[in-house]
Amino acid sequence: MAEQPVRPLSPHLTIWKWGPQMAISILHRATGIALAVAGGIGFVWWLLAISDGKESYLAFRECADAWYGLVIKIGLTWAFFQHLCSGVRHFFLDIGTGYELNANKSGTIAAFIMAIILTAATWGYLWYGKG
Amino acid sequence: MGNGTQLGAVRGLGSSKHGAEHWIVQRTTAIANFALMLWLIVSIIRLPDYDHETLFNWLRSPLAGVPMALLILSVVTHMKSGLQVFIEDYVHDEGLKFASLTALTFATYGLGATAFFALGRIVFMGAAS
Repeated sequence: MAEQPVRPLSPHLTIWKWGPQMAISILHRATGIALAVAGGIGFVWWLLAISDGKESYLAFRECADAWYGLVIKIGLTWAFFQHLCSGVRHFFLDIGTGYELNANKSGTIAAFIMAIILTAATWGYLWYGKG
Repeated sequence: MGNGTQLGAVRGLGSSKHGAEHWIVQRTTAIANFALMLWLIVSIIRLPDYDHETLFNWLRSPLAGVPMALLILSVVTHMKSGLQVFIEDYVHDEGLKFASLTALTFATYGLGATAFFALGRIVFMGAAS
């Protein structure tokens, strides 16, 4: 069989001008992968540590409470809400609404803003909202 | 209709109705994750303390243990189908793609089984010592 000529394959990431819709699409994948890898491992470690007893749990807490643990926890919280908000955006697109240029752009920007608000609300409640 | 070509045997039968299955699983688990993850985050930030005893006893109650089991199932399924699409989009070599998808299946089922094991150990082990 003759060798196929090398043709450009989708996605043509390099030829588009950046816009919010392109950013949210890529971020949906990036946050999904981050949640699966870091979130998945962190979650299972947390459950295993609780099931194993006080000592294992303290070892988990030592990492989770350190500065890098806090960075990961806040990062994962934002990644989760970002993935959730762009997931909700996907549901709107799935039912066939929000394809008009302006509506699509404002929906995208709203998803970015909601993700930041929800992340701030979660950590704000943890730090200041508890008596 | 003769019994001629293979194409002739399937032409006119319509789709097998399985093409959208992966897409539907992705959406069903997304809806479940939406509810279960919000339950998890709200429950965790409302816990009075984060010492071992509080978390252990919280997870032992049916109102936490059952949603947590559902969450593990739904999140692992969603994770598997999401990463599957990612691999299918970016890994073009057939052999490498098969290897990646196999590794993904093992990794996600491994993660899920470990999480179920940990949850089971908490639920069935008795009160925190």
